[in-house]
Amino acid sequence: MSARVTGAVARRVLRQLRRDPRTLALIVGVPCLLEFLLQQLFGRHSPVFQHVGAPLLGLFPFITMFLVTSITMLRERTSGTLERLMTLPLAKLDLLAGYGLAFALVAVVQATVVSLLAFGLLGLEVDGPKWVVVALAVANAVLGSTLGLFTSAFAETEFQAVQFMPAVVFPQLLLCGLFVARDEMATWLRVVSSVFPLTYAYDALARAAADTLDARFALDVAIVLGCIALALVLGAATLRRRTA
Amino acid sequence: MSAIRVERLRVIRGGTVVLPELSCEVAAGTVTGLLGPSGSGKTTLLRAIVGVQRVAGGVVEVLGDPAGSPRLRVRVGYMTQAPSVYGDLTVLENLSFFAGVLGVSTAAVQTAIDDVSLIEFGDRVVDRLSGGQRARVSLATALLGAPDLLVLDEPTVGLDPVLRRDLWELFHRIADRGATLLVSSHVMDEADRCESLLLLREGRLLAEGTPAELRARTGEQQLDEAFLRLVETEE
Repeated sequence: MSARVTGAVARRVLRQLRRDPRTLALIVGVPCLLEFLLQQLFGRHSPVFQHVGAPLLGLFPFITMFLVTSITMLRERTSGTLERLMTLPLAKLDLLAGYGLAFALVAVVQATVVSLLAFGLLGLEVDGPKWVVVALAVANAVLGSTLGLFTSAFAETEFQAVQFMPAVVFPQLLLCGLFVARDEMATWLRVVSSVFPLTYAYDALARAAADTLDARFALDVAIVLGCIALALVLGAATLRRRTA
Repeated sequence: MSAIRVERLRVIRGGTVVLPELSCEVAAGTVTGLLGPSGSGKTTLLRAIVGVQRVAGGVVEVLGDPAGSPRLRVRVGYMTQAPSVYGDLTVLENLSFFAGVLGVSTAAVQTAIDDVSLIEFGDRVVDRLSGGQRARVSLATALLGAPDLLVLDEPTVGLDPVLRRDLWELFHRIADRGATLLVSSHVMDEADRCESLLLLREGRLLAEGTPAELRARTGEQQLDEAFLRLVETEE
């Protein structure tokens, strides 16, 4: 791996995004709109908004970056640029880390803007430190990116890649504990949810919001980071220098 | 000395035998043309040489190393048939990216962009360029870092005659500096611009040699007639 090559990939991905201001506006604007709708729907002081607002803020980047990364990577595969890159002195992890880095930076912007809105204008309150919520949002963005890179290998068209979003993300969202607490779920659902990375991402966010930064919180964060590493390795395994 | 040595190369793609058992050599420091109709296996052979083609057997040696060796990644420049550049970036941004990956200077970017006569298009987004211009951006990325071997898959398709002539002159200038070029084409009238030829048909090597040798062997002046004659004698 090389810092120069990783940096070159990250810069290139960011330049491509800059060429597409509408996508950037959607990445930042859509979560803002959804937080606003949530606040309007339940009311500023309602326990629902206060309970759901912070975790959602931390989970949005996961969803957007999953989608954006899987499409970008699919384009790389289908346009022939990936084949070209595989003939260059570029390690597979350089490519994946470059993508992860670029989307992490986008996530910093996204999470910062959304949290300024939510914690400021919308009156969302958390007991724990707000920066931890933002930091977790960025980690979740990287997790989304790496999972997106991995799953893009199984899509042949952009239509398929888009469908992977609900397929991979929605079950995790439903079972992560946001809608029904995990200890109130049927046993088999709890078992299934225990293998989903988003479960731990949500738990960390909920603990950060409640200011319970305990050992369990540390374990959650460690699991999320471990999942990022695992997804990177799996993603690298789907990149082949030689193809049929 | 040969820059490329291919021995009994066998490639199967999607259940079809594309190259049954191909052997050929490319001499170092030459501009060698790989000619043959579309579907004859040219791209597959080039992909095997740059090390991105899964092969079923045989040996491909490039600059003394097995094809696809990590050491070759800075020594071999490859231009794919469909332009493999980022359509949403400008010409300069594309070249800077590939230069960053290769670790070559920004001066090399200027040289490459100048070599393909795209200086005045540096800030143009690639998607807004014509097909021929896009192909030249792709070619420029292959030229970066002055590789010892250039593998070019149909670099002159769809270009106007003046540009084609300029590019062939560029290829010879690069070879004069000591590099080897393997250039594919499905247009026989480009054969005369090569010092050496590999004629491919249905995955088999029909003939190899200089244009003069092929003329002498077949008694034909036009190289496409010579190609036909070779096909007839083989059948």
